[in-house]
Amino acid sequence: MISFKAATGLVLGYALTMSAAFAGELVINSDQSDPAPKKAMETLLEGFKTAHPDVTVKWNNFDHEGYKSAIRNFLTADAPDVVAWYSGNRMAPFVKAGLFEDVTDLWTENKLDDQLKSAVKSMEIDGKKWGIPYSYYQWGIYYRKDIFAEQGITPPKNWAELVAACEKLKTAGITPFAIGTKALWPTGGWFDYLNLRVNGYEFHMDLTAGKVPYTDPKVKAVFEKWAELVKPGYFLENHAAIDWQDAIPQFVQGKAAMYLMGNFAVAAMKDGGLKDDQIGFLQFPEITAGIPMAEDAPTESFHIPSGAKNKEDARKFLAYLATPEAQTKMNEVLGQLPVNNQSAKSEDPFLKAGFEMLANAYALAQFYDRDAPAEMAKVGMEGFQQFMVKPDNVDAILERLEKARGRIYK
Amino acid sequence: MSSTVSPTSGFWKRNQQRLAPWLFLAPGMIMFAIYVIIPIFQSIWISFYDWDGLGPKTWIGVANYVELLDDEAFYTSLKNNILWLVLYLLAVPAGLAVALFLNQTVAGIRLYKSLFFFPFVISQVVVGLIFTWFYAPDFGLLSALIKTLTGHSIAILADERYVTLGIIAAGLWPQIAYCMILYLTGLNNINPEQVEAARMDGARGWSLLWHIILPQLGPATFIAIVVTVIGALRSFDLVSIMTDGGPYGSSRVLSFYMYEQALSEYGYRMGYGAAIAVVLFMIMMIFITLFIVRMLMRERHA
Repeated sequence: MISFKAATGLVLGYALTMSAAFAGELVINSDQSDPAPKKAMETLLEGFKTAHPDVTVKWNNFDHEGYKSAIRNFLTADAPDVVAWYSGNRMAPFVKAGLFEDVTDLWTENKLDDQLKSAVKSMEIDGKKWGIPYSYYQWGIYYRKDIFAEQGITPPKNWAELVAACEKLKTAGITPFAIGTKALWPTGGWFDYLNLRVNGYEFHMDLTAGKVPYTDPKVKAVFEKWAELVKPGYFLENHAAIDWQDAIPQFVQGKAAMYLMGNFAVAAMKDGGLKDDQIGFLQFPEITAGIPMAEDAPTESFHIPSGAKNKEDARKFLAYLATPEAQTKMNEVLGQLPVNNQSAKSEDPFLKAGFEMLANAYALAQFYDRDAPAEMAKVGMEGFQQFMVKPDNVDAILERLEKARGRIYK
Repeated sequence: MSSTVSPTSGFWKRNQQRLAPWLFLAPGMIMFAIYVIIPIFQSIWISFYDWDGLGPKTWIGVANYVELLDDEAFYTSLKNNILWLVLYLLAVPAGLAVALFLNQTVAGIRLYKSLFFFPFVISQVVVGLIFTWFYAPDFGLLSALIKTLTGHSIAILADERYVTLGIIAAGLWPQIAYCMILYLTGLNNINPEQVEAARMDGARGWSLLWHIILPQLGPATFIAIVVTVIGALRSFDLVSIMTDGGPYGSSRVLSFYMYEQALSEYGYRMGYGAAIAVVLFMIMMIFITLFIVRMLMRERHA
């Protein structure tokens, strides 16, 4: 570690001597390495340059996976002026370590509490706001309209109908649900929705905040519902060996009929050759009657590191990012939903459906691995994956999660 | 240097013989200290703390080790490490077999040798990817083969019973090539007169191999075992590429578990990761000590 510290010192020293030369330059680090996000970012930067011609922007685009470990190094060693990160519990370690700048003033000045209303909760820690959200997307069940029509299935509205639809598909030799759990997180979507529908938003938030034990009978009830789909084999076989993209071909070839995923999956489905009218979008059906419907809608955001050298221009950038115009343009390219509720609405049928669903949602969850602390998310999703392979081990799995909870939330 | 050897410096003249070796050793020793020795002690030191790498460190004594004793995932990793150690050693006899087979003069033998050596040249990442596709359910060659033979397919990398074996098999491919090269070099140095004398005395086949060839391959065997044991203990890349420790953590090994706990997306428990590293270091120490003792004994006999 001594060598690391020395290297850090070197970088820091270098950065300190260099910063004077580059005053007025805004350094942005982000992980928009995929084609659509990259293009969206370019659109955003162009718009910002037109609005603020005096600021020169230096954009460092990182690889998506590498960024997650790189951010820890550059936040402590050589902080840029603006960074991309995630909201909810995922930013908590940086906020607690004092690495993110409090930007509550930006929210008050620009009256953002109203315009970015849906994301207020996820940007807040200790009553302060720590960044500006610019985009989010819905989760839900994407299904093959043509297959449903062929089999005479109407989109299920409640749990009984969903199970009946699965049974019908299975008898016809079609796997009801596509899924690939090698990267673990797709299991989080399933747990989120089952828990939100069985026990509701408040319980889900209490659980991910570590206030409820995993051995609670209410959690057990979630896994009982899940088992109703796992035990009859309603999920793709060998899902633990494949990634979410590897399950798309099964959906495209009609070997699987439904896919619980984020809206980004639509692009992959269309790339595979499906037409708009073959894909349908379905809100996750009701399980416990009367529980208000909350949804998963992960939010993307930008933040100012507390070690930033050019905070003045960084604030200008975040203020621009919050405007309805900037969010409209950016999300058009991104194929996602703008957070600012005064942005123009998209014509894309899936985004329209998602917008309607989220606008009427009781509350929005971020996603299991953003609502729960990272360590808990890892242990949790591993347990979910094991459950999807060996549903009979449910008690051992829940006990393991409870043990982890006892250790992680102190 | 010329200034230090000036006639005025009597100290240097008097001690030149004694100091010179240390001066030559110094760069290597400093490097070794900075990159190996000091980090070892730092790891041990960090393993007594609760630390996320960013915030303040909290001294928690041996709590990390106590937690390890009660950690299912740790035992899974340990078990897999032992499995790796035992099965990976198959590379030594297999490498010898291939080397004996290739140690002949036929037309194009160089081509065959390089084909056998090929897996060692390509990166472990590529080996991992090749085997992942080989095992892939639905379109992988192996699963297709198993399906035609038995009627049902097995997803090796998604089944906790086979996953570690599958990764070890992938690891053996380049490791056998490595051992083969070591043995081929050894076979080149075999004393032909001894072999001839043995033949005249009527030794053939197995007895020739066992009594004449193998003893002369001793040094090659020693090196082959050393590199294989170390290779087995630091098996990380294949696990990371092929399964990422999955399904549900059943293919983890200690080095991968350490990485997951201390440095991965969901980790950052530096103290706990360091404690795992210390345990792995202790296991390695057993082997390293054995080897060093053996080497010293040999030198004394020589």
